[in-house]
Amino acid sequence: MINKLWIFFIVSGSLFLIITGKADILNSQILTSGKTTLDLIMQIFPLLAIWLGIMNIAKESGLLDKLSKFISPLLSKLFPEIPKGHESLGLISSNIIANLFGLGNAATPFGLKAMEALQKINKDKETASRSMITFLVINTCGVTLVPTTIISLRMMHDSTDPTSIVVPCILVTFISLFIGLIIDRILARRYK
Amino acid sequence: MKILSNLFIPVLVLTVIIYGVKKKVNVYDSFVNGAKESLPMAINMFTPLLAMIFGINIFTNSGLIDEVFQFLKPIFYLINIPLEILPVAVMRPLSGSFGLALLNDMFTVYGPDNYLSILASIIQGSSDTTLYIITLYFGTVGIKKIKYALWAGLLADLTAVILSLLIVPLFF
Repeated sequence: MINKLWIFFIVSGSLFLIITGKADILNSQILTSGKTTLDLIMQIFPLLAIWLGIMNIAKESGLLDKLSKFISPLLSKLFPEIPKGHESLGLISSNIIANLFGLGNAATPFGLKAMEALQKINKDKETASRSMITFLVINTCGVTLVPTTIISLRMMHDSTDPTSIVVPCILVTFISLFIGLIIDRILARRYK
Repeated sequence: MKILSNLFIPVLVLTVIIYGVKKKVNVYDSFVNGAKESLPMAINMFTPLLAMIFGINIFTNSGLIDEVFQFLKPIFYLINIPLEILPVAVMRPLSGSFGLALLNDMFTVYGPDNYLSILASIIQGSSDTTLYIITLYFGTVGIKKIKYALWAGLLADLTAVILSLLIVPLFF
């Protein structure tokens, strides 16, 4: 799937640029993608190190286990495949909480750690498990209480009421999360 | 809300460290060992992200989508959906930075409090960069077969766009 999408992006984009005589743009895109990716990793990497350090203290002290046990009954309906009290549940909830408060830079490390924990209990290491996809859907819905980037962009443009979008945003996010989870359920059943 | 957000991280970090001390964990060693895991993770995520950014950059900078939108214009006017928000809606799952750039353009042209700008803001704010998240999370742990993950993610994004079109008129 990703493979086909990738081919489509490159072939259609490249052909269109060549036909419209803008091969120079194509050249620069090919050559700068590596740098763009490296810049992105350089933004993620330092925060990843800090949060994985903090997370490890929480893990070794048993705090993460406590959170996992506490959150288990809540999340077990969404993730029926995960054993009760498994560490991934604590990590998943850390990721969701960080996202809710608009802490994207902490949410990503927790999310990656959660994915790693889910991979440990995944039977087929090359294929995404049902729990992994459910977790992914929660993240792609961008569940947050404060869309910080957009509020600051609105402030930059001197909006009269930069936070006016917050309530409709929350409404749309949560309803689409709910529908997204239903879609996930239906697809999970079809792909069995 | 802002004060709460500002206090969240310090309180979280302090709680974790104090709890660790109470449970007699060598918190310094534990932190160093945990942080060490970030390096292999960063290396693992580099190549899948590179591949995806490579493809998406060629596609988004080609101008092909602009042509397609021009072509779709009459259809969208027919069903009464403002075409201006279409690029934001389509680009949102593909690229976070490109989506923000489009939003920035809209704010410049229409002003941030224009109805179209608000609609685009809410579409942007109520979903996330699905393709990036799939690549980052699955790529880093080595998942190759993603099954229905892309469909589930994109359908959720589409839901957010439709809901925005339905809910925003109730507020503005």
